[in-house]
Amino acid sequence: MASSNAHVSEHSSDAVSSVHWFWGKLDWDIFPFYDPVIFGTFIGTCILGAVVVAALTYFRLWGYLWKEWFTSIDHKKIGIMYMILAVIMLVRGFADALLMRLHQALASAGYVGFLPSYHYDQVFTVHGVIMIFFVAMPFVTGFMNYVMPLQIGARDVAFPFLNNFSFWLTVSGAVLIMISLFVGEFAATGWLAYPPLSGLTFSPGVGMDYYLWSLNIAGIGTTLSGINLIVTLVKMRAPGMTWMKMPIFCWTTLCTNVLIVASFPILSATLALLTADRYLGTHFFTNDGGGNPMMYVNLIWIWGHPEVYILTIPVFGIFSEIVPTFTKKRLFGYTSMVYATCVIMILSYIVWLHHFFTMGAGADVNSFFGITTMIISIPTGAKLFNWLFTMYKGRIRYELPMLWVVAFMLTFVVGGMTGVLLAVPPADYVLHNSLFLIAHFHNVIIGGVVFGIFAGINYWWPKAFGFHLHRGWGMLSFWGWTIGFWFAFMPLYIMGLMGVTRRLSQFEDTFYAGYFFVALIGALMIAVGVLAFIMQIVWSIYKRDELKCGDDPWGTGRTLEWATTSPPPYYNFAFTPRVYAIDAFQHMKDNGYKGRPTEGFTPIHMPHYTGSGIIISGFMTVMGFALIWHVWWLAALTFFASVVWGIAHTFNYNRDYYIPADEVRDIELKSAPVATPAE
Amino acid sequence: MSQCSILHPMSTPVIATPARQSAPPRGAVQLNSDNKDWFPMRFSRLALLLSLTFLFAGCNLTVLNPSGDIAQQQGDLIVYATVLMLIVIIPVTALTIFFAVKYRQSNENATYEPEWDHSVSLEIVVWAVPLAIIICLAGLTWVATHRLEPYDDLKRISAEKPIDPTVEPLEVQVVALDWKWLFIYPEQGIAVVNEAAAIVDRPVEWKITSNTVMNAFYIPEMAGMIYAMAGMETELNAVINAPGTFKGISANYSGIGFSHMNFDFHAVDEAGFDVWVEKVKTSADVLDRSNFDRLQEQTTKHPVEYFGAVEDGIWDKILNMCAGEEELCLNDMMMVDALGGGGLEGLYNRELFRGLCSADDPEALFLLLRKDLEQSKGEVIHAMSLIPPSEVTEQKLEAH
Amino acid sequence: MAASIASPAPEGGYEFYVTEDPHAHDGHHDGDDHEHHHETGTMLGFWIYLMSDCLIFGILFAVYAVLGQSYAAGPAPIDLFELDKIAWATAWLLLSSITYGFAMIKMHEDKKNMMMFWLVVTGVFGLAFLYMSIEEFMHLWHIGAGPGESAFLSAFWTLVGTHGLHVTCGALWLVILLIQVQMHGLTHENKRRISCLSLFWHFLDLIWIGVFSYVYLIGVLL
Repeated sequence: MASSNAHVSEHSSDAVSSVHWFWGKLDWDIFPFYDPVIFGTFIGTCILGAVVVAALTYFRLWGYLWKEWFTSIDHKKIGIMYMILAVIMLVRGFADALLMRLHQALASAGYVGFLPSYHYDQVFTVHGVIMIFFVAMPFVTGFMNYVMPLQIGARDVAFPFLNNFSFWLTVSGAVLIMISLFVGEFAATGWLAYPPLSGLTFSPGVGMDYYLWSLNIAGIGTTLSGINLIVTLVKMRAPGMTWMKMPIFCWTTLCTNVLIVASFPILSATLALLTADRYLGTHFFTNDGGGNPMMYVNLIWIWGHPEVYILTIPVFGIFSEIVPTFTKKRLFGYTSMVYATCVIMILSYIVWLHHFFTMGAGADVNSFFGITTMIISIPTGAKLFNWLFTMYKGRIRYELPMLWVVAFMLTFVVGGMTGVLLAVPPADYVLHNSLFLIAHFHNVIIGGVVFGIFAGINYWWPKAFGFHLHRGWGMLSFWGWTIGFWFAFMPLYIMGLMGVTRRLSQFEDTFYAGYFFVALIGALMIAVGVLAFIMQIVWSIYKRDELKCGDDPWGTGRTLEWATTSPPPYYNFAFTPRVYAIDAFQHMKDNGYKGRPTEGFTPIHMPHYTGSGIIISGFMTVMGFALIWHVWWLAALTFFASVVWGIAHTFNYNRDYYIPADEVRDIELKSAPVATPAE
Repeated sequence: MSQCSILHPMSTPVIATPARQSAPPRGAVQLNSDNKDWFPMRFSRLALLLSLTFLFAGCNLTVLNPSGDIAQQQGDLIVYATVLMLIVIIPVTALTIFFAVKYRQSNENATYEPEWDHSVSLEIVVWAVPLAIIICLAGLTWVATHRLEPYDDLKRISAEKPIDPTVEPLEVQVVALDWKWLFIYPEQGIAVVNEAAAIVDRPVEWKITSNTVMNAFYIPEMAGMIYAMAGMETELNAVINAPGTFKGISANYSGIGFSHMNFDFHAVDEAGFDVWVEKVKTSADVLDRSNFDRLQEQTTKHPVEYFGAVEDGIWDKILNMCAGEEELCLNDMMMVDALGGGGLEGLYNRELFRGLCSADDPEALFLLLRKDLEQSKGEVIHAMSLIPPSEVTEQKLEAH
Repeated sequence: MAASIASPAPEGGYEFYVTEDPHAHDGHHDGDDHEHHHETGTMLGFWIYLMSDCLIFGILFAVYAVLGQSYAAGPAPIDLFELDKIAWATAWLLLSSITYGFAMIKMHEDKKNMMMFWLVVTGVFGLAFLYMSIEEFMHLWHIGAGPGESAFLSAFWTLVGTHGLHVTCGALWLVILLIQVQMHGLTHENKRRISCLSLFWHFLDLIWIGVFSYVYLIGVLL
């Protein structure tokens, strides 16, 4: 304890005094030699990284990756890259979760010293930041990117280059966070970094700067991607697809991106103000100089609460696609589903204060925000009922995606219930910041978002790659997550009711050891789920010939993405589909659809790939790093470079080309649909 | 602990009224060994049972069975709200399981209507039932939030005992420091670090501020938490109904020493309280600026410290963030700002305004200190209205 | 039931794909052909971007509203702002908006040189505004009223500074557009870009009107 204290103060005095003109705050101390846990990970990661780089070089894959993936502006490839990013970061974030569970289990049993508070505090901060910004966000953005244009029968998104750029900006943020593991430190402030704790006075180290620049850069990418997807939905729907004939997933995508565009600028502005506090000495959120830390708390939650719905709304869309497919039935209450989504979207803006009832705003304000919060549960409940009545009088086929949906429905109601409970201000006075709260939001994020993501991956994987995911490993992953979840978080609910608060790294007695031990067991079960998921992918790729599938792998696909080949060609559809009904593909099948056209192909207009996105983001990453370490000349240089490159990019007028009709014909005829499985 | 069936859901009655208990002894938790029967169960049903059991079991759950009336009402509210919501949750869960089983593909006997996608009556139910529940809950919320507003004076001592209007609440001033709690008892003229005491069944008025980052003051057995913020005073009115030693914590993460930012809260009878005060008074230490300076340094696991006397006005200084010598007090600063700011001179000479707030006529003093203000106001009016500046000033002076 | 959610079948049965040449205009389409898509799509996208930018300014205004009276016993607007100078700066910016309007008219008339002339005038007015802004900041810095002195000054510098940065970006963009129009002429793409910048420029004008009235006028007069 004392030693970690000493370390911090040492670090902070360093931070203030020594800023070299060339190296900034960088010196040999930045490497975590002092902590065996981090240092071991560092060595391990270095070795792993070297192996990956060597392998890529040995198999001469760099050129392929650059030409076909990194510079790709194909929305499908970008979607897949988002998912890969999310899976990598999931492993990192989950490793942090395991560390925390292990540490709390040990510390509560009296074995102190595994992680000092200084380190543990960084772990829970980075876990939150990674899981929200670099796991859940890339997952849902990946889905929206991949699926939505296919569902509306478009060839790509509205601004394909911007899409690529957004993705690389997100990667840039993730890279900065990963660097912070080994070079310097990360913020130890909690994932929303409330000032004044996150201000220069109380957090003088570079950790907070990593937090700020990482989110500043990634936040721009998210906003741009939101604009892009809205325009795509508004302008590029297939002929005949009126608003009320859009698949629900597209509706949820629309609402989500409206939320993104209307909330991420708030995050950017708020973090920029905090950055100004730290870099320019302003007094926005400081204790002195007339600053107002409560304003940060308000602003960050005005973004933060819509963010919750940015994650859950698209997942609701995924469920709404899966349930009709596997019940072989129309979605019950399409219209009420659409309105429910829109109502949730709007209401999510007027509930932010429920995150800090305990600030003492007074009974009127608190009850207003408590009640608006409860109102959100009405449309959410309506959605749940709609899925339920879709199952009613259906023929439910328990493929993996459908299993995840059922697990979601059973888990999510509990999370929803505890959420409404927390929205009652006097109840929140005793449950706020407790492990009950932790259990609640993991209940909705894991039980809602994560289950939905796995459902979606299992559902759309055959479309994206042309072969199914292996069922056995998928089942293991499913049971690992679903059972592990209850073991991991039920003890937390109970401890919350015992008045145990969150973010504790040390315990004064061993009373809670048993609960933390059960939670650890749960986390280990989830670990099995994570590993099984990765094995599922690896195994399925290995056995891809056995798992091969056709255009409509589930046989009961209802929306347009199932009308093209699996995997879809880079132009998506040889002919733009015409839409007459809500479930466009089902409508085609009901009205004499005989497979894709085999003649009459015309040239297709497509954009060129470009490397500008990754290059500018590369500059921005270095710029972020330089700003974090106060290497001003490098920051100026890379900023200048990214601006110049961006301008140069606008001088490129040769951006698109036509795919010759012959090439389209070759692709279309080569990938004739494999017979759909017998129903 | 053996009657506590937290890890043994099958043997507990599902619904039991939460019994009022005083703080149970805290020992190591016992893992029941005969719990083999819950593995084969469907995880969902298990989950539901578990949650019900835990919420209602009433064993050792401080939040649901506290020793203070406010906390008790807050805990009861959790139970009422839960019951209210279970009216929807239980049918939904049951229906989910029922439909999931009944309409499985292999059950050829179940009806199958692939085109059925709409039903006005069902839609009405789907929206109306949650709406009805939420209306009830909203009413409950509105009433409870107003009844349990922490700033308001107490309305009763406990369910059985009305409030005695002649008894003044015990005032305790609380300062969150890195990473310890400082309690000042103005009536008694004492101060204590990391320990507090109060009299059973006498209302306590906690006045809370922070001299560092945001913390939350929380005694789970007594009442819900409220934030402690620098330069601001929050208030918590509560009462403790049973004697004992309870744990007080900071419930908002505040840095590396956060885990140990705890204190013991002694609920004692009147005589016991006097003894405690006397014990503190035996300390020769005085809570003055120099001692407070020392307390401001970051420490973890700070030992209990007694101050037998308290410097006059130290709470005001702490609250206004001017316990050090050089800072301008927050209330003075706010008064200056309200009167129009300190002007350019204020950039270099803020101390000019020290004590403004406590002056008899702050406004007159302010105008005395800022003669230039009239001048610049005159200039502006001149610029806007084209009246020569001298006239404006004259008019102003006449008006005065 | 199906009839209510599906459009009635067209005569001769459903056609599931758009099989004709994508460049021919088809009256029944909900959307438009590809080329046109891109055009309106960009304008819509830019609009949405402006709205998100507007939100950033909204936050800065809100922050200013909260902190605008927290002088920390330091100077208030009345001690700092010189309204006559600000009025001039405002005039330059408003004029630049008008001249941009002239440029747009010329663009629609396909008069490249006249359009470029008006764009240059716009740029000059914009630079005049920037000059005044920078001069004001220099003055404040000089008398010691930097952004770190009080919450009010932090909010003021950030709000006005952010606007200034936007104008700087706009001016840079203007220069680049001039070069591009010179190189490639009034092509479709360049016209689209000029229209986007036009939106951007007028947007900044609107924001400035907010800044002028809320920060300067109200600040000094009330």
